[in-house]
Amino acid sequence: MAIGLGHYLGVAAILFTIGVFGILVNRKNVIIMLMSVELILLAVNLNFVAFSSFLQDLSGQIFALLILTVAAAEAAIGLAILVAFFRNRGSIAVEDINAMKG
Amino acid sequence: MGLPGVFFYLFSAVLLGSGLMVVAARNPVHSVLFLILAFVNAAALFLLLGAEFLALILIVVYVGAVAVLFLFVVMMLDVDFAELRQGFLHYLPTGALIGIVILCEVLIAIGGYVIAPDEIATVPVPTPGAISNTEAIGQLLYTRYLFYFQLAGLVLLVAMIGAIVLTLRHKEGVKRQSIAAQNARTPATAIEIKKVEPGRGI
Repeated sequence: MAIGLGHYLGVAAILFTIGVFGILVNRKNVIIMLMSVELILLAVNLNFVAFSSFLQDLSGQIFALLILTVAAAEAAIGLAILVAFFRNRGSIAVEDINAMKG
Repeated sequence: MGLPGVFFYLFSAVLLGSGLMVVAARNPVHSVLFLILAFVNAAALFLLLGAEFLALILIVVYVGAVAVLFLFVVMMLDVDFAELRQGFLHYLPTGALIGIVILCEVLIAIGGYVIAPDEIATVPVPTPGAISNTEAIGQLLYTRYLFYFQLAGLVLLVAMIGAIVLTLRHKEGVKRQSIAAQNARTPATAIEIKKVEPGRGI
């Protein structure tokens, strides 16, 4: 049985689910939540590259490159916000962030 | 199945296992290290798919920059991570239920997925056979997707400026060099001429 498109899509689906699961379970730790977002974006990238390879269409790899850019920018901004928040509050627990309401 | 199949299953298994460990590890440093392992295995899967450029970019950008950034932040913040882990078991049943539901939905969607046969024949950007993957991406990225390429650069620039603005702070009581004040000095403000009489001193 040759490795087809469905195999890669299945792996990406499971990886995506692991990312969503990580966000839902680690409700207190923002760093793990950011890492879960990275896992989700990696799963999306895997989908794009798999389709690009099996449909013989290079556009998918270009889009994967753009997703890579956005993921890097998101990680940098998210961690910068986290550091600024930790300096102000001395904690990174998600429950403490509700002080920002209003 | 052949050798590519064996490697596909090997890399996928390590990718999914390390992905799960990212979520479940007790120590965030271990989480970051498992994240690096997951990225390396995803890069190997990209290589199996024939996307060499993206595979190496994944290693350079993610392992070299993003994961190291995570590692720095985890080590820099002095947080009691054991306290942050409380509630893991509390949220576990709900999270597992939602995760399984999403997984089932996606797998059902993939199971019913069929590529239209005429779609493969009419793809807009076919993969060229004679030149390498990197060259093909370059020829496409700098012509047809030039606007998106520049937009990606702009996103990175905004992210860089935003990160600097968010984390830069001026501490009180630190002596700093003021280049404008230094350049504005004239002999009139910098030196003073005193007439010293012989044998008297100042």
